[in-house]
Amino acid sequence: MNKTTRPAQLLVILMLMMTCAFAHAGIDAFDFKTPADEARYRNLIDELRCPKCLNTNLSGSDSPIAADLRKEVHRLVTDGQSDDEIRTYLVDRYGDFILYRPRLSLWSGALYAAPAVLVLVGFGVIGAMVRRTRRNATVGAADPAAQARLDQLLKQHVE
Amino acid sequence: MSRASLFIPLTVFVLLAVVLYAGFGLNDAHVLPSALLNKPFPKFSLPRLDASTSPLPAQQVSEAAVKGSVHLVNVWGTWCPTCAAEHPTLMRLAQEEGMAIIGVDYKDDAEAARAWLQQRGNPYTITVVDAEGTLGLDLGVYGAPETFLVDAAGVIRFKWVGDMNERVWREQFKPRLAAIRSASRS
Repeated sequence: MNKTTRPAQLLVILMLMMTCAFAHAGIDAFDFKTPADEARYRNLIDELRCPKCLNTNLSGSDSPIAADLRKEVHRLVTDGQSDDEIRTYLVDRYGDFILYRPRLSLWSGALYAAPAVLVLVGFGVIGAMVRRTRRNATVGAADPAAQARLDQLLKQHVE
Repeated sequence: MSRASLFIPLTVFVLLAVVLYAGFGLNDAHVLPSALLNKPFPKFSLPRLDASTSPLPAQQVSEAAVKGSVHLVNVWGTWCPTCAAEHPTLMRLAQEEGMAIIGVDYKDDAEAARAWLQQRGNPYTITVVDAEGTLGLDLGVYGAPETFLVDAAGVIRFKWVGDMNERVWREQFKPRLAAIRSASRS
């Protein structure tokens, strides 16, 4: 910093201060009883989807509904509700879509398993086909006369 | 391999293609299906929006207000331009179709709401002031306007997110309303 002028130094400091201001823009001032509560809150708002701006989570969204839901999650956390109870509370009102990690149910389990199942079925089909062609290939070798004729023909045409 | 089984991959592909193509026409991704379908209207206790600025405490309204007959519950606010756009349709539904519409003034200023209704007309039998949005949260509201179709037992049968217009009324609400009414008659 020796060669930079005082104005330049001030400008750099100012710019750094401005970036700090942006970093705080989305943070609500909530009080928590314990640091564990705060950690739970932060975790939850990261994995809950904003119902209005569908590709953001609650922690990243500026919309009013996200602010309301953050406030609600804070209330539920300080009330002593467990993470699962809070998730259920919100899913009851907004549907499964509000969870970024959808809960495992019959349908979602089937959806996740489907590609693996299809690959296995594919392998099964290939295996069956290979076994069938191998069986067909060995049939011809049992007849020595035909094999001799085949060898002769091959010798003739391959040269 | 038999001739017929050679067609299996093609058939599977065609079926998949049909199903996936149909998926294009499904619900607009921005509209969340309601988690409250066929569930009872949430319990609430909120003040009524009075016509005049009375010094007396406002009458409290509860979920009993939606029971007894089929209702539309319309979530709106003066801050919401689409609500202004759908207002004439609501007026017509209230006056000509005889629909009982309950208004939920969501996250709004009561004074502004009174003036708004004074200016444009009041389609609501009762307007409830949900200043903090607590009823909205229980209803899974994420943006106004939203309109719920509630049957006489107080069960939510349908939810529409977005403006109420004649086409939506005709295509979405009228058939469902008819189904509810005929079911209750039988």
